[in-house]
Amino acid sequence: MAKISYGPTSFVLADEQSVLEGLAGHGISVPFSCKAGVCQTCLMRATAGTPPTEAQNGLKVNLKQRNYFLACICHPKNDLTVALPDDVHDSVPAIVWKLELLNKEIMQVELESQTPIDYRAGQFINLVHDDVHVRSYSIASVPRLDKHLQLHVRRLPQGKVSGWIHDDLRIGQEVEIRGPAGDCFYTAGQPGQPLLLIGTGSGLAPLYGILRDALDQGHGGSIRLFHGSRDLHGLYLSDELRELERRHPQFIYTPCLSGAQVPAGFSQGRVHEAALSEIPNLKGWRVFLCGHPEMVKLTRKKAFLAGASLQDIYADAFNVSHA
Amino acid sequence: MTQKTLAQWYDETYGKTVDPALFDKLGGEAAVDAAVDIFYRKVLSDDRISHFFEGVDMEKQAAKQKAFLTLAFGGPHHYTGLDMRKGHAHLVERGLNDSHFDAVMENLAATMVELNVPDKLIAEAAAIAESTRKDVLGK
Repeated sequence: MAKISYGPTSFVLADEQSVLEGLAGHGISVPFSCKAGVCQTCLMRATAGTPPTEAQNGLKVNLKQRNYFLACICHPKNDLTVALPDDVHDSVPAIVWKLELLNKEIMQVELESQTPIDYRAGQFINLVHDDVHVRSYSIASVPRLDKHLQLHVRRLPQGKVSGWIHDDLRIGQEVEIRGPAGDCFYTAGQPGQPLLLIGTGSGLAPLYGILRDALDQGHGGSIRLFHGSRDLHGLYLSDELRELERRHPQFIYTPCLSGAQVPAGFSQGRVHEAALSEIPNLKGWRVFLCGHPEMVKLTRKKAFLAGASLQDIYADAFNVSHA
Repeated sequence: MTQKTLAQWYDETYGKTVDPALFDKLGGEAAVDAAVDIFYRKVLSDDRISHFFEGVDMEKQAAKQKAFLTLAFGGPHHYTGLDMRKGHAHLVERGLNDSHFDAVMENLAATMVELNVPDKLIAEAAAIAESTRKDVLGK
């Protein structure tokens, strides 16, 4: 008999009952549609306990790894603590460890979490400025390789939170973070699969983490990284990426400039167009897309039509907020 | 009425329209998984109908395509005619008609041909999909 806990509610699941039915019977309304494990409307996450594998049928591998499951077909044998995908995460305090401008507008913020957080490079955390202003930032660091959390924060015009980070944040200061969340990260298991990473602006942060995570885990298949910006000033970490290129022959870094001035060694044009013209057939590729939401949306479709399986396309579009 | 009793009422009223024999012969869930990318790619590349999919969330849409294929393959689902009507009403307002439904049926058949499904089973799946036409088109 499995015990199900959701927030302050907990109960023992009756035989034959699904987690969805159990929750509904206790007044907890979980959105559902097909009730057959197909439509994924009733997606939930186990925050303690492991959901049965049958309840994860058809989910992306990254969601499976993070204990997501479909409540309508979940008949657990062991106890589970469950949450809806957008339930609020606990806040943890973190100390600002280092602040470093990576280019004119992007600040690398290193944070030391005061309680250990279990994250993957490429996921995001929410940084809390005040009750109203919370922003999501992708994680560029790799837990095994880096001591602290690393975020790349681009200064937005009139950006309330990014302005605070660039102008007011001080080393040693305590901030509040929530998370991590997101399914845009590297998973081992297919070390020969070619990887395509496309990003614009500070969308390089998760890709830089994913790249180093993959290389560190011995990914031997081809890895292509296309980083786009309007001009040279928008690119960053180029030296580090060139160095990784020298050390890992399977990795190729292609900086792309969409503006008029394009020096030798850079690809001219928009980053997703450059990538797809070099690699027109994406059958069998795993694709990671980060950065400008319009670029991500368009490229997701183009990558799918170019042969990549939807299960193999990961994206973390920024929610660009100017408030 | 609580959600639980609503769900029970729903099951008792509509039952599960499934054809386990067909679903098994087609290869069950694995067959649906194999078909969904191929089918959705065909639909998105089809100029006759692709405009209906502009701006939709591709992951959510793929889950819906999977649900549709499960239904057509005789698999377990709980969709009713009313769901089909509600789900497509906004598209009918935008001009969804028989020609578009025909295009989807063509893509469905072509997907199964690509997966080497025998003609007889293609016809059976097509017949199930065809049975949703009136509801999808709000007739």
